[in-house]
Amino acid sequence: MITTSGLTKVYRTHRSRGREVTALDGVDLHVREGEVYGVIGQSGAGKSSLIRCVNLLERPTSGTVTVAGQDLTALAGRGPRAGRELRQARSRIGMVFQHFNLLSSRTVQDNVELPLEILGTSGKERSRKALELLDLVGLADKAKAYPAQLSGGQKQRVGIARALAGDPKVLLSDEATSALDPETTRSILQLLRDLNRQLGLTVLLITHEMDVVKSVCDSAALMEKGRIVESGTVADLLATPGSQLAAALFPVGGEASGDDRTVLDVTFHGESATQPVISQLSRTYNIDISILGAAIDTVGGLQVGRMRIELPGRYEDNVVPIGFLREQGLQIDVVDHDEPALAKEGAK
Amino acid sequence: MTWSEMQPLLEQACTETLIMVGWSTLIAVVGGLPLGILLVLTDKGGLLQNTVVNKVIGQIVNIGRSLPFIILMVALMNFTRWVTGTTIGSEAAIVPLAIGGIPFFARLVETAVREVDHGLVEAVQAMGGNTWTIVRKVLVPEALPSLIASTTTTVIALIGYSAMAGTVGGGGLGDLAVRYGYQRFETGLMWITVAVLAVAISLIQFAGDFAARALHRRGARSGPAPRLRLLKSGEPATADVGKVA
Repeated sequence: MITTSGLTKVYRTHRSRGREVTALDGVDLHVREGEVYGVIGQSGAGKSSLIRCVNLLERPTSGTVTVAGQDLTALAGRGPRAGRELRQARSRIGMVFQHFNLLSSRTVQDNVELPLEILGTSGKERSRKALELLDLVGLADKAKAYPAQLSGGQKQRVGIARALAGDPKVLLSDEATSALDPETTRSILQLLRDLNRQLGLTVLLITHEMDVVKSVCDSAALMEKGRIVESGTVADLLATPGSQLAAALFPVGGEASGDDRTVLDVTFHGESATQPVISQLSRTYNIDISILGAAIDTVGGLQVGRMRIELPGRYEDNVVPIGFLREQGLQIDVVDHDEPALAKEGAK
Repeated sequence: MTWSEMQPLLEQACTETLIMVGWSTLIAVVGGLPLGILLVLTDKGGLLQNTVVNKVIGQIVNIGRSLPFIILMVALMNFTRWVTGTTIGSEAAIVPLAIGGIPFFARLVETAVREVDHGLVEAVQAMGGNTWTIVRKVLVPEALPSLIASTTTTVIALIGYSAMAGTVGGGGLGDLAVRYGYQRFETGLMWITVAVLAVAISLIQFAGDFAARALHRRGARSGPAPRLRLLKSGEPATADVGKVA
């Protein structure tokens, strides 16, 4: 649905000479139709530039952006102004913003009608559509209110209703929940999830909060210094040994208690999550197992658990028990092992 | 001088001032609004970024703003005669007043429009709006409370300028105060003129503040109305700080 290839954006801080800042460095992104795709990264990683390049609010320095089969970079034309074709394409891509960006001089309903005014919809049809959308986001009673009278969560709901006014197939969310408290964040994410399911809306969201990815995303990508360093469906990422995203989604801590110890990260998902493997391991090999840390959660609709355990003895002494765990369908990462290649090899 | 002698003089002077200030304000707003918006749009990083146009408009506005009004008035005499056929009287005074008012208002518009959150512009761009849509639906409506405050400031400045115009034959309250109060020692009439001006300016300021606040507060329970600084002298303190070409 959204594909970028070789997307590069270089900002020049001074007109001719001076520093150049590479915000995007050859980003290849592929968002499938109907999924919620999260791009996560720290401030300055290039997330904002990326999402702004998708509807060409920022012109990429090079590379292409294709949305719903249409190559937007080809429509761009020259100069900073958007031509008619690009503006039409933009009207079919919804966008919500961190700071809502509602017009304070207009009522909630008039804000939602704004994109329809731009599309040239008739007055009657505009107000019908606006009220329908406000109903969809649960704000039917606030149609005549001004944005200043709403809470942050309500403002973002108006922002979402406005983004949906042009019947978009794609919704871009630029840190939509970053200015909201945790409770409101959950309700807004739930709304995005519902819209994704009910309307078949493809959602590309950027965030710096791991919880956002955890609760709504089907797929995710990690950005660092203008590059995508990891990407894939959440389930695949969790099954990838050494995945930074998986580790960040499921942080487990704990240090080895001595030199002659082997520390393992055990990731359970799918059926293996329900097996009593740790007690089986203990009984079969007659070893004492310490649990250093553990977490169980639902990620992307999957029950997933991760546990950091400690076995007595060095890695060499524990090859057989580790083999046993892998046979049970668990993903095992050996922490701080001097032969990491071995650990990665047996992942599946 | 008795009241019955003063009354017709005052009435005529008030009418003349009203005509001068009314027309010149109208022209200043009609001319200054697009200029001010253009200054923002053509600036670096603006929607219609164009350094040449920006510098030319900025220069014209700066020259218009920096000339003392009395000099502008004299300098424009030939132009005034060409437009109105005369250089004397209220109608003639409208020409330099309007030309002095346009750059004055344009700078205030520029400041007001620049304060509109760029995120709103971006939101409308993301909806597929063009520059004209952004001007009509975002920049002007969102800056409206400040624009009204700017208009108030302009009206008051033009009342001040109109008194200067009066001294060289423009008529109006300033002319009355000089001719009778200064040249004929009619102190009573002069003080009445001063009182009329003070009341008029207070009323205009009050009405302007009220309108700006009413618009600004839409929906919000509290919050200060935008108000331009240094209202008495008519010189906004920060208007010129932004861009000197």
